[in-house]
Amino acid sequence: MTALAQVSGGSGPARTPPPARPGRHRLLPYLLLLPGAAWLLVFFAVPLLQLAAASLYDPTGSLSTGYALTWAFGNYPEALQAYWPQFARSFGYAGAALVLALLMGYPLAYAIAQKAGRWKNLLLVCVVAPMFTSFLVRTLAWKTILSDNGALVGLLRDVHLLGPDGRLLATPVAVVLGLTYNFLPFLVLPLYASLERLDHRLLEAASDLYAGPLHAFRTVTLPLSMPGLIAGTLLFFIPATGDYINAELLGTPNEYMIGNVIDSAFLVRLDYPQGAALSFLLMAAILAVVFVYLRRAGTEEVL
Amino acid sequence: MSGMANEAPAGDLRLVDLTKRFGIFTAVDELSLTVPQGSFFALLGASGCGKTTTLRMIAGLEEPTSGQVLLGDRDIARLRPYKRPVNTVFQSYALFPHLNIAENVAFGLRRRGIRRVEEQVHRMLALVQLDGYGRRRPAQLSGGQQQRVALARALINHPQVLLLDEPLGALDLKLRRQMQIELKRIQTEVGITFVHVTHDQEEAMTMADTVAVMNAGRIEQLGAPAELYEYPATAFVANFLGQSNLLAADAAGPAGSEVPVTAHGVRFSVPADRARADRGPVYLGVRPEKLHLVEAVDQVPAGHQHVEGVITDASYVGVSTQYLVRTGWGSELSAFTANSGVGGQHPVGAPVVAHWDPRHAFLLPREPGQDDRTTPLVDEPVGKPS
Repeated sequence: MTALAQVSGGSGPARTPPPARPGRHRLLPYLLLLPGAAWLLVFFAVPLLQLAAASLYDPTGSLSTGYALTWAFGNYPEALQAYWPQFARSFGYAGAALVLALLMGYPLAYAIAQKAGRWKNLLLVCVVAPMFTSFLVRTLAWKTILSDNGALVGLLRDVHLLGPDGRLLATPVAVVLGLTYNFLPFLVLPLYASLERLDHRLLEAASDLYAGPLHAFRTVTLPLSMPGLIAGTLLFFIPATGDYINAELLGTPNEYMIGNVIDSAFLVRLDYPQGAALSFLLMAAILAVVFVYLRRAGTEEVL
Repeated sequence: MSGMANEAPAGDLRLVDLTKRFGIFTAVDELSLTVPQGSFFALLGASGCGKTTTLRMIAGLEEPTSGQVLLGDRDIARLRPYKRPVNTVFQSYALFPHLNIAENVAFGLRRRGIRRVEEQVHRMLALVQLDGYGRRRPAQLSGGQQQRVALARALINHPQVLLLDEPLGALDLKLRRQMQIELKRIQTEVGITFVHVTHDQEEAMTMADTVAVMNAGRIEQLGAPAELYEYPATAFVANFLGQSNLLAADAAGPAGSEVPVTAHGVRFSVPADRARADRGPVYLGVRPEKLHLVEAVDQVPAGHQHVEGVITDASYVGVSTQYLVRTGWGSELSAFTANSGVGGQHPVGAPVVAHWDPRHAFLLPREPGQDDRTTPLVDEPVGKPS
């Protein structure tokens, strides 16, 4: 940076600067920002404010009688008190799914990035291919895979990992497996991007400097894949926490996550203030988790 | 697993029948050589000659197809790289971008469980003249500085052998010369065996005690730089290490202390102790700077041999003038004359007589049917001309 500044500073007096059109040059970045910013304002910021207002409506109102903005902050503690188990479940399931996804996704991303050779592109397509079908269809497919008469349950019963009447469908296991499957590509792709850039010569250097494979992984591969790991974890964890399809299709009301509650508050119970308050609570909780995570993982000394 | 770098018995590095095949391609072909402990050894060759593969087999980054890598009495050929008392300075430097300079240098010590590294790191950075750079990141350093960090990172472990893989290749000419002197100084200071891989013949000659010229996975010749230059063993070495005028000749065996040869109908002779071959097809070789140019045959000193020709090209390069002289049979010889103020310049088109002292000539084996090999005027070393 400094060198660059010195170079351009040094050559400055020798050259006559081009005729300046400062106004246009300074405005250009903002003009480029404009479409996106306008979109976000109209379709994100305004609805968000609207939702914030709805979360403070008089809880006794209804769609037919109309709502009044009474700054009812009590909606928040009430919603939390009523639905904290679903909150806890959301984070629990998403967390468990994240662990599973990391155990599968990191080796997968590593293998594709470093070892796949000419199969690299094909394998990447395989990772992304499920996205070509609808999220709903994919989740319904898992319903078949995990069904009581399915091969998987049969096999697990045969090896006595499941009791004779044991089942997978309509259990927390099914929901966690569904979440893991559905969001795995969001974890794998950023990780792949990070690991693909990893210079294998650095691993040779580590190995030359007495680091065995495990230590080379811990001191070189892992730190250098951290940007992808962080991005992938967030892209996985945030939508997984707010998801309601997997719990809906693969679980029972006993497995419902907070997304299901919000869904029913808006669309079934028509309790807009509560739905809005729960949405904001979820948002705040996720932001808190992400913030703590980034503070810990974002530092250099992740080891 | 740790600590053996300092404890293993010291000794020479010996490669015995070392071979590496990649599929049907033989990169290194039954290579055997000995690098005496504490010496500065250069493996010199064009790209693809197997020199880097040889180095990587010593480092453990490539597994030999067959053969041994002996350090002292121990065969380390099948040890994992992290278990060898050998460190490498990589061509790309391969500094860890997420660690600062001090941590890069300390990497090997930390891996071997040494806790208090600050003082050693400090001393090592001082040795490579990078005091005060410890907290910077590799990306904030220039190429030459990164190269020195790579050197410090390897040297701090006191390896029995330090391997250098074209470590100066990415530097510009002036910095390269400076680093050559620096590397030589450090090697003398620490007394560790250096094995240096390079394609730059000048680099190999300035730095190394012993140079091995490699070609197609084999060693063509091994010896002190002056030995290789003054009396090359093969036509490849004669042209890879500097330039040579090689005239296709035929010899009929030694006569006394001389070997008489006939080249293009002219009779010459070479002292018998400068003949790598003395019967059948041979090359008569003379280095361009050992060819002297005069205007007439009567100016040729007694005992010198000569060829008449015409100047076809003259390049003035400051310290010398490089001439091409076309001989009567059509080959062009190159001749360098020092710009020392003695002797005049020869214009293009002028008839000249090129003469040399037979003690500076040499005879090399030649494949039957091969014609003269005289090198064009280039600075870069020339590989096998087709």
